[in-house]
Amino acid sequence: MSILIKGAGVAGLVLAYELRRRGLNVVLNDAAPQAGLGASHYAGGMLAPWCEREAANETIFDLGLSAADWWDQALPGMVQRRGTIVLALNRDRAELERFARRTHGYQWLDEKCIAALEPALEGRFTRALYFAGEAHLDPRKALLALEEKLVHAGVTLSFGQPMTSPLRRFSKIVDCTGPSAIGNIKGLRGVRGEMLMLETQEIQLTRTIRVLHPRHPIYLVPRGEGRVMLGATMIESNDAGQASVRSTMELLNTAYALHPAFGEARILETGAGVRPAFIDNTPRIVKTRDGIAIAGLYRHGFLLAPALARQAADMMQRDRRKGAA
Amino acid sequence: MALTLYGTTVRSRLLLGTARYPSPLDLSAAVRQSGTEIVTVSLRRETAGSRTGGTFFELIRELGVHVLPNTAGCHTVSEAVLTAKMARDLFRTNWIKLELIGHQDTLQPDVFQLVEAARLLSDDGFEVFPYTTDDLVVGERLLRAGCQVLMPWCAPIGSAMGPQNILALRSMRAEFPEVPLIVDAGMGRPSHATTVMELGYDAVLLNTAVSGAGDTATMARAFALAIEAGKLGHDAGLLEPRDMAVPSTPLIGKGVFA
Repeated sequence: MSILIKGAGVAGLVLAYELRRRGLNVVLNDAAPQAGLGASHYAGGMLAPWCEREAANETIFDLGLSAADWWDQALPGMVQRRGTIVLALNRDRAELERFARRTHGYQWLDEKCIAALEPALEGRFTRALYFAGEAHLDPRKALLALEEKLVHAGVTLSFGQPMTSPLRRFSKIVDCTGPSAIGNIKGLRGVRGEMLMLETQEIQLTRTIRVLHPRHPIYLVPRGEGRVMLGATMIESNDAGQASVRSTMELLNTAYALHPAFGEARILETGAGVRPAFIDNTPRIVKTRDGIAIAGLYRHGFLLAPALARQAADMMQRDRRKGAA
Repeated sequence: MALTLYGTTVRSRLLLGTARYPSPLDLSAAVRQSGTEIVTVSLRRETAGSRTGGTFFELIRELGVHVLPNTAGCHTVSEAVLTAKMARDLFRTNWIKLELIGHQDTLQPDVFQLVEAARLLSDDGFEVFPYTTDDLVVGERLLRAGCQVLMPWCAPIGSAMGPQNILALRSMRAEFPEVPLIVDAGMGRPSHATTVMELGYDAVLLNTAVSGAGDTATMARAFALAIEAGKLGHDAGLLEPRDMAVPSTPLIGKGVFA
């Protein structure tokens, strides 16, 4: 008997990989025409548990610590272990102190060290925080690569419509549909996020940069070839409609303040997605009518999917052993 | 000790904003631990229009406290009026915190548009809580426009600087002895709240000072206690400062004269 995973975003693909690695049979189904088109499509791909600790609780930090290793092992070469630089504009310098107080795993950089790490930022900032242990990946490339691995490993993938064939032929059904589960899973809500993809050859960034701002903080994640992903707003809403003018202006404003070269950058894409979250913004595995769900990954899909997948896989293996006994 | 705002009586003199907490659970703990009875909710119009902020707004309603929707982020009278109407539909309340931003950098209110919007909304049956400066003339105009509460800033929004112009706050209190005055914006630490309560203000509205704290629920409680201390201190009758020491026991008969 095989396990049915509903939803081929980061949660579903990672779980499928984890289960297959343990020798279980998996069918992966998504109502969308291909994998990774939901919330995962708009993800930053930061593997940054120390930075997230600023607003996230200890559980999220603990679960996220092993993420970079998991991705590295699953997709060798995909993870960029180059750390994160956290900056604040001159007038918001106090934000940097506040951020530092909330977390750990950083060192202070002076102007020279900033320039040594990211020459493009030379002379623009006098202080920064550097989280050397953090990493990032390109979420779209990572999900494509993972999907390819699953196909090679004999996982059945079906797209375009929800699975309708008799569900009782599956030993377990796991809901990984992310924001689509809002309304079905109690307590799950949506937090809208907007992002942009920019391209400029004028400046090269090689690691994640976060710019603190009391109202409009941003992050920039390099995607190679002069491209950077700029994100992201946090709006309490289930609306996945196009990015708004206001949000776009806010994001671009801070990017422009980071470096005026972004004024000449091309906007390749604007996007908006809905992050599924529970009241404590912490994900969990919950029981559903016909199985379980990995739900509420919030803004931590790539950071937490590996840990949640491992937990779910452990549960299923335990159940299986109990069933066999 | 109770405070009455447009006919609604509350005991807590802390009004709490609901934005930018680490999670809604932290917000809920802050509300509970501070005993606040009024929370403000910002309505981004896109959210209100399609009613997609539903889950979050349900969480707010489940807090079981009065909701004071606000027009945060509005720059024109028509935007503010539209937002207020959406808020009335969404939260079934006539209360509206009227915020009309006039300066992008300092988030200073545009007092001219504020008075105009306050008049339109009051005429339409709204009970307006205007976010204003400490200007007496503007305060007078807002009252004439129908407001029964005034909410002066004490420093720019989110600045955490605390009371910057004690003289202006003092004269505002003296000018409007009967009007509920709520200091809105600019608080950084509990002692700031105590200071304005000692000046005789009726309540304090804040958000960032709590939502940006390391332990949001504990900070909310700290503010609630500070507000209560300031209020009790004011009501008990504060000593006026003098420029000389005044001994608390009579000097005659002390050893020093022997």
